Amino acid sequence: MQTRTGQGDRAMRKLLMIMMLCVPSLVWSATEINWDMEAFDPNLKDKPSLQNGMRLYVNFCLGCHSLKFQRYERTVDFLGIPHEVALENLVFSDQKIGDLITTAMSPEGAKAWFGATPPDLTQVAKTRGGEWIYNYLKTFYSDPARPLGVNNKVFPNVGMPNVLAGLQGVQVEACVQRPKIAENGGEMRDPLIPGLAITEEKCGELVVEDGTGLYSAQEFDDAIYDLTNFLYYVAEPTRLERHRTGVFVILFLIILGCFTYLLNREYWKDVH
Amino acid sequence: MSSDDASHENSVTAAGDDDQNKINTSRRYFLIGATAAVGSVGAVGVAVPFLSYWSPSAKARAMGAPVKIDFSKLSPGEMLSPIQAWRGKPIFIVYRDEAAVASLADQSLDLADPNSDNPEQQPEFAKNPTRSMRPEIGIYVGICTHLGCSPKYVEADNFADSRFGGFFCPCHGSKFDLAGRVGTGYPAPDNLPVPPYRFESDTVVVIGEEGGTA
Amino acid sequence: MKPSNTQESKFTKSMAWLDARFPATETFEYHMSRYYAPKNFNFFYYFGILATVMLVNQLVTGIWLTMNYVPTGAGAFASVEFIMRDVEYGWLLRYLHSTGASFFFIVVYLHMYRALMYGSYRGPRELLWLIGMAIFVALMAEGFFGYLLPWGNMSYWGAQVIVSLVGAIPYIGPDLMEWVRGDFLMSEATLNRFFALHVIALPLVLVMLVFVHFVALHHVGSNNPDGIDIKKTKDSNGVPLDGIPFHPYYTVHDIHALVVFFIIFLGFVFFAPEGWGYFLEKPNFEMADPLKTPEHIAPVWYYTPFYSMLRAATYPLFGVPAKFWGFVVMVGAIIIPAVLPWLDRSPVRSMRYKGMWSKVMLGQFVVSFFILGYLGTKGPTDVRTAAAQFFTMTYFAYFVLMPWYTRIEKCKPEPDRVTAR
Repeated sequence: MQTRTGQGDRAMRKLLMIMMLCVPSLVWSATEINWDMEAFDPNLKDKPSLQNGMRLYVNFCLGCHSLKFQRYERTVDFLGIPHEVALENLVFSDQKIGDLITTAMSPEGAKAWFGATPPDLTQVAKTRGGEWIYNYLKTFYSDPARPLGVNNKVFPNVGMPNVLAGLQGVQVEACVQRPKIAENGGEMRDPLIPGLAITEEKCGELVVEDGTGLYSAQEFDDAIYDLTNFLYYVAEPTRLERHRTGVFVILFLIILGCFTYLLNREYWKDVH
Repeated sequence: MSSDDASHENSVTAAGDDDQNKINTSRRYFLIGATAAVGSVGAVGVAVPFLSYWSPSAKARAMGAPVKIDFSKLSPGEMLSPIQAWRGKPIFIVYRDEAAVASLADQSLDLADPNSDNPEQQPEFAKNPTRSMRPEIGIYVGICTHLGCSPKYVEADNFADSRFGGFFCPCHGSKFDLAGRVGTGYPAPDNLPVPPYRFESDTVVVIGEEGGTA
Repeated sequence: MKPSNTQESKFTKSMAWLDARFPATETFEYHMSRYYAPKNFNFFYYFGILATVMLVNQLVTGIWLTMNYVPTGAGAFASVEFIMRDVEYGWLLRYLHSTGASFFFIVVYLHMYRALMYGSYRGPRELLWLIGMAIFVALMAEGFFGYLLPWGNMSYWGAQVIVSLVGAIPYIGPDLMEWVRGDFLMSEATLNRFFALHVIALPLVLVMLVFVHFVALHHVGSNNPDGIDIKKTKDSNGVPLDGIPFHPYYTVHDIHALVVFFIIFLGFVFFAPEGWGYFLEKPNFEMADPLKTPEHIAPVWYYTPFYSMLRAATYPLFGVPAKFWGFVVMVGAIIIPAVLPWLDRSPVRSMRYKGMWSKVMLGQFVVSFFILGYLGTKGPTDVRTAAAQFFTMTYFAYFVLMPWYTRIEKCKPEPDRVTAR
């Protein structure tokens, strides 16, 4: 029975609850990115994607960027790659399966080449986020003004060459016709000709020059997805194990909670 | 426990109507038991991560991975030097000449376990007079079975009644023959362990893995 | 029946043996089965035991983490990643510790809010409250030292900013700052002393303070949501009529609360251990780099209200730079609750019977605290700084004006016996 005297602290409790709900989600105010970011939705259960991601990483990234907190063995075990296959295709000749994924490039040499040591990428999916990586890798474009001849939409004036240019092809900035977006967020259609979209010219968009890349646009997107997915895995290899364990633990606590509830109720029958 | 008595004399029950509020003791004991039972499952669950945390890490296991040892420079009568390690333990590789191999079979010495009957001390393939896969190449973990010192290789005259070499532990004086078998009357209880191994080629052995012989 | 009787007597005998040598039964009765707690405890009375459990969690997981942690500039960051990846269940123990720190502060803040609401700091519990404040300050320090240990970039620069505050002290500041760091910048020397303080010195202090907190509590008895003294009405045995033995009633109560709390806490540990960047900040996944400050430095959420107040001081005063006054304001904000027992002049303890002014002031205090906390996670702008200055005033107003508003307001009469929960 609630008496009238309890009203004061009920109000207080309500206030506290409201305040807790009002804590706004923390927005990481990184440098303003002037680019319409495409969403990235990781999938750690997609083993072929992760395997392809690792293959791409070893071939295109590992030359400069280590994953020095992660070991080959646990990675290939998680990805379902047999050790022999991994040793033959993914591991440098002098390294063992249990070794950390380090790069052969010396930090001094790298600094001389690029002006800075290429960072270790074990946790890049934590510091930058998967979405950033995915968009970053897709938005290199030719810019003769830059020392390496390329620039990036997500990371302006980046000091890294576009190592994936062979797959993607030559990407340039251009003005293109894009469907006009109505105020309600949908694409605008021509009222007279059914199905025809109303377009407008947008500049600063990126287009790949035809026939310059090994992959089609879709194939390249998939490859970047796989690579990003792999980096997302490497940033926290225990994530799936954590979720799996968590489900059991919470279910167990709910069962235990039923008993402690009944026990509590049984004893508190005495109290009036 | 006295706590129950305490609850009786206290206002808790006194405040209510005693006749209507008979305490259902058996239900209470059942619920205490059930909660304790489920709770102890939880306690075991809590212990698991804390205990597992102490087991060898991925790094330690990587260090414990099989190692390749090239013994191409080894000549008869010698032990491989410098000594290589597997899981941080010294691995002795000795090259025994024909006479030494023959001496291992005749068992003239007084040995504690001449037939390698203790299955803990060697893989199945090494349960033979030379305690090895190939008769001339002996491979042993160089840790004395007494208190863990590393024995020294003795080229000849290890035992008083044998002209052949063996191993001698400087800590407490245990002596082993060239097959790592301990003599009787020494403090070491068992023969030197034989690690699992396989030959990758004539002169390269992989320690820590069993399997096909070359 | 017979076997159980002999067992009973065996148990009684061994207890008698023990009691003759150690006050086992006596202690149990004093603190548990004959410790009479008010029967009207509500939701807010769970947070004391929850804080105790979180302390144990931090101690145990902390001990386990030190088994693999390497307190060196070169090894610290890698050793944390080693724990997260290569040690079995290392990720779980690390998250229990790092997410646990945030939950520790959540329950401690709610525990303190309870005291503000029901006047638990009022006599005869002034000393209990002061011990609690000492625990709070020690806990702030403990969290601060601990946050440097992963040697991430946020650890590094966060600690750099706070240690630089010492430099604001006039005359001796700069020298003092070098002395605190043991170097001319945050370095391994700093890491090593922070490690020593975090893993042994402050935990010892905390455990001892928590122990005396319990001793003092059980000596004066628990307050309750009505803020009235249950010892005034006793039965013929001298037992308070509104009291119930802590054991078994509150033990079963607290055990159930603990399970519910752990569902929430472990829910975070297993499914959102980083707390969306609040519990573990993103730049901390990058190793400390003395040449590169993260774009935006914010302490962990439990310090942000005080960090906001630190930044709110922007005017030099009496020839002393604003930086120093920021330090003073921050320290003041942390320790001012200690004088609450002497600020509150109300004839009643509990908010239930206090007048409108007290309710309004406590309400605005909570609002100020949350807004300051939010501002502390954000980079400063002119508007935000002005807001922080305003809410710093309202934060302090709750304390400074208390002697006045608690006296003039009209309170409701307290009941003689506790009311329902």
